[in-house]
Amino acid sequence: MEEKIIAAIAVSVIAFFSVYASTPILIKFLERRNMTVKDVGKQGNVQVARPGGISIIIGLVISEIILYAFFPMSEILAVIIVSILGFTVGIIDDRKVMGGWFKPVALAFCAAPILLLGAYDSNLDFPLFGSVKIPSLYMALIVFMIPVTGNTINSIDILNGLSSGFMTIASLALAISLFILQNYEIAIASLCLAFASLAFYKYHKFPSKIFPGDSGALALGATYGTLAIVGQVEVIAAIAILPAIINSFLFLSSMKRIVEHREIKNPTFRNNELKIQTTDDEDAPITLLRLIIAKKPLSEKHTAIEILKLSIFSGILAVITAFFMGVEI
Amino acid sequence: MGAQIYSFIFVMWILMLVGGGLMVVVIGPFSLGGLGGIDPIIFSGIKVGIALVLIFIWVFILTKVKNWIFRSQIKS
Repeated sequence: MEEKIIAAIAVSVIAFFSVYASTPILIKFLERRNMTVKDVGKQGNVQVARPGGISIIIGLVISEIILYAFFPMSEILAVIIVSILGFTVGIIDDRKVMGGWFKPVALAFCAAPILLLGAYDSNLDFPLFGSVKIPSLYMALIVFMIPVTGNTINSIDILNGLSSGFMTIASLALAISLFILQNYEIAIASLCLAFASLAFYKYHKFPSKIFPGDSGALALGATYGTLAIVGQVEVIAAIAILPAIINSFLFLSSMKRIVEHREIKNPTFRNNELKIQTTDDEDAPITLLRLIIAKKPLSEKHTAIEILKLSIFSGILAVITAFFMGVEI
Repeated sequence: MGAQIYSFIFVMWILMLVGGGLMVVVIGPFSLGGLGGIDPIIFSGIKVGIALVLIFIWVFILTKVKNWIFRSQIKS
């Protein structure tokens, strides 16, 4: 147990400080090369550095490699490889705008290391009722899960600090759940994700100094999905990101097809006070953001805080679900 | 922000717990005892079909809840 505590503290500190230290350097590097985008939430032509995924992946990979040195498990190796692959898909999309099909298909291929390393268990565990064994179907679920988590986190990257803050809360809830279920090694791997996201949040929160871009959002989402699979906590992981799943669900149930986010009509706009207001366009999709500001326009900072509160609520539900895992009725 | 969105998350959570229960308790052990010669792959296909119907019902309920929340948010 002592070794696990040392590993948990060491990788958490390394994940946090490697992102915390590398992000300001990355911001300067990106700004020097004019790799910036306009922040529509701010007055005037405020340019923000992008993509910040580079510092996120540095923190994630360094800390996970050190964790692998402590515990050389195929599950941790799978997390490292899928994180890098998810980042690679994102950086391609950051550099060159790809079609709506690109990310789901490419992310499905990112799941290959989990299958090749055999870093999964084909039992799907449900709270209160036990588990079902679905060997063939579970392999399909793995291929399906990485695109879902990757795109779900990417789809919530709409406000300053949202995706990184959201991932900090969700991965902390996942880590607590894994500790409750006594799956300590993967719980520590979840801490790497939580602390890397937390360090990035420092620069991403309102007013953002850097945006994660697709490379950051997909690296976070793909890592999260892999942790869910190798930790055998798929249901708990889905509950922890329910606000983001709701956002994707609302979007898909409005649009009724998969489209690249740049192709859709914006469901919200900034009014003269720069508050976020819902559009009157009936064809625009109903998203989580639109639901939150339907009653009255809100500032970007206030809106992000409201969504993060929802994330804390779903994180608590995820931890309650972890307690239910040990109970059978 | 109204309590409706928190209720929406709570309803989704309950539906996930109930859906999991149905999978484990009803669909998992479900068998067509009288049709002994049925191919296991076809039988698995039937189970997947039942699961898909349940997902359709789940999505239908959530869509109705979503529309109710959006309308009530706009009206208030």
